[in-house]
Amino acid sequence: MPQYMLLIYTPVDGPPAGSDPEQSAKWFEYTQSLMDAGVHVAGDALQGVDSATTVRVRDGETQIIDGPFAETKEFLAGYYLLDCPDLDTALGHAARIPNIHYGSTEVRPVLDMSAVLAEAGQGQATQQQ
Amino acid sequence: MHDERRPGATDPAAAVELAFREERAAVLATLIRHVGDFQLAEDALQDAFAAAVATWPRDGVPANPGAWLTTTARRRAIDRLRRARSIADRADRLAELARLDAHENRPDSSVDESAVEDDRLRLIFTCCHPALALPARVALTLRMLGGLTTGEIARAFLVAEPTMGQRLSRAKRKIADAHIPYRVPTDDVLPDRLRGVLMVVYLIFNEGYEASEGDRLVRGELCSEAIRLGRLLAKLMPDDAEVWGLLALMLLHDARRAARVDASGRYVPLDEQDRSLWDQGRIREGLRALERGLPLRRPGPYQLQAAISALHVEAPSPEEADWAQIAQLYGALARMQPSPVVEVNRAVAVAFASGADEGLAVLAPLLDDPALDRYQPLHAAHADLLRRAGDVDGAARAYTRAVELTSNAVERAELERRRDALHGSGRRFAR
Repeated sequence: MPQYMLLIYTPVDGPPAGSDPEQSAKWFEYTQSLMDAGVHVAGDALQGVDSATTVRVRDGETQIIDGPFAETKEFLAGYYLLDCPDLDTALGHAARIPNIHYGSTEVRPVLDMSAVLAEAGQGQATQQQ
Repeated sequence: MHDERRPGATDPAAAVELAFREERAAVLATLIRHVGDFQLAEDALQDAFAAAVATWPRDGVPANPGAWLTTTARRRAIDRLRRARSIADRADRLAELARLDAHENRPDSSVDESAVEDDRLRLIFTCCHPALALPARVALTLRMLGGLTTGEIARAFLVAEPTMGQRLSRAKRKIADAHIPYRVPTDDVLPDRLRGVLMVVYLIFNEGYEASEGDRLVRGELCSEAIRLGRLLAKLMPDDAEVWGLLALMLLHDARRAARVDASGRYVPLDEQDRSLWDQGRIREGLRALERGLPLRRPGPYQLQAAISALHVEAPSPEEADWAQIAQLYGALARMQPSPVVEVNRAVAVAFASGADEGLAVLAPLLDDPALDRYQPLHAAHADLLRRAGDVDGAARAYTRAVELTSNAVERAELERRRDALHGSGRRFAR
């Protein structure tokens, strides 16, 4: 079954995660509903962008920068990984995310590695001919 | 295959062409469900048409060309799947295709008509899925359901053919990669999705109807294609009133297509059109479609616009139209879909029904809105109503404002002509 990553974005000036017990209860309830529907694979909230560190290696040199890669109005606040039969099902779950009325969620299909490996295998077979 | 051949009964080349026009969308829709992939289905159907061109002249035209094409295309898809190892669930798909093939060859097998009709609905809803960008939905609908070539769609939308090709293949890839489902949406989202489908069909129609640039033949084809899609939706979803409303609206507009442009290619407004050029068959079909929607008692923007169109075409002359009812219908439309366009039209209708001063009263709030200061149709309508009310100076100022905001040379000339005719006329031309 296809997997979808729900990347949950929230406005920079929105309420910080875990600050409001009423909000937290909604997130727990939502996560439970995903488990009850049998689609939940994984999911976490992330700490704020203040705690982020960006790493890249260029010309053999490791660069470490305080903060996120770019200034934006919305930041990645958390994710869910879901097993869903199709995009409509994933979009349906995304539309129920507790912050969906002020934040936004990007729904991305997970790359099917078995297809990638099959293609790589076919490439090798062609080379051998 | 054990179909009854009728060698010589039909011209094979014409039969292939007919099958392409009449059956392609339905065969493709079923094939996509069977093979589970847009591109594979398209390629396999292409193979099947090539096979028809090669074998029908020799063996005769099959009794049921659609069934022949479906079976042939499915077997070509099996061949293509066997070669394409990169498709992840290849084994599952091959097994399913083999099962379908064996099933169909049983002598008592009958085609499930309702399943086949559902396939075309599946195809429409998938092509118009909101997860695809709007230009991609429009292009994909024309390609898959209309059978237009990539080049034809590119010419209609004034983009380069490779650009349109990329737009189409990206859309097909996204359907496959994101697993956009091939089905009619569930009831909870169906009304929303159907509105989206109607919007795509109406966009296709308007692209053919409104735009002045581009290949005129292809543009006419867009109108015809949109109407074909509208008829298909009305056949498949006859319980939705707005489906009938959209079909009626398109037919009643298209009926006047030949009269909208004069010999020199100039736009002719409704009240100056040669009514003998109107297509009476289209008008009758449009009025029938409108009447089919009314008993469902679910008024919507398409039905309202179609009803306004109907009152225009049913009047023996522009002056004799039922302007009071037209004004009422615009009022209802404004409540559903408030917009300056609708308000300006309502003001004009009110002026015809109850006098220019009443019309000007409808325009007043729009004229106070700074956001509409540069809205040309508002100033053009304002000028016409002031002229009718006998306010020559006010009308002259409003025409000048409208002229300033008009980029179209023909329209500008017409506004200047009206302004220049004001002087010396005074109140004699007041309605």
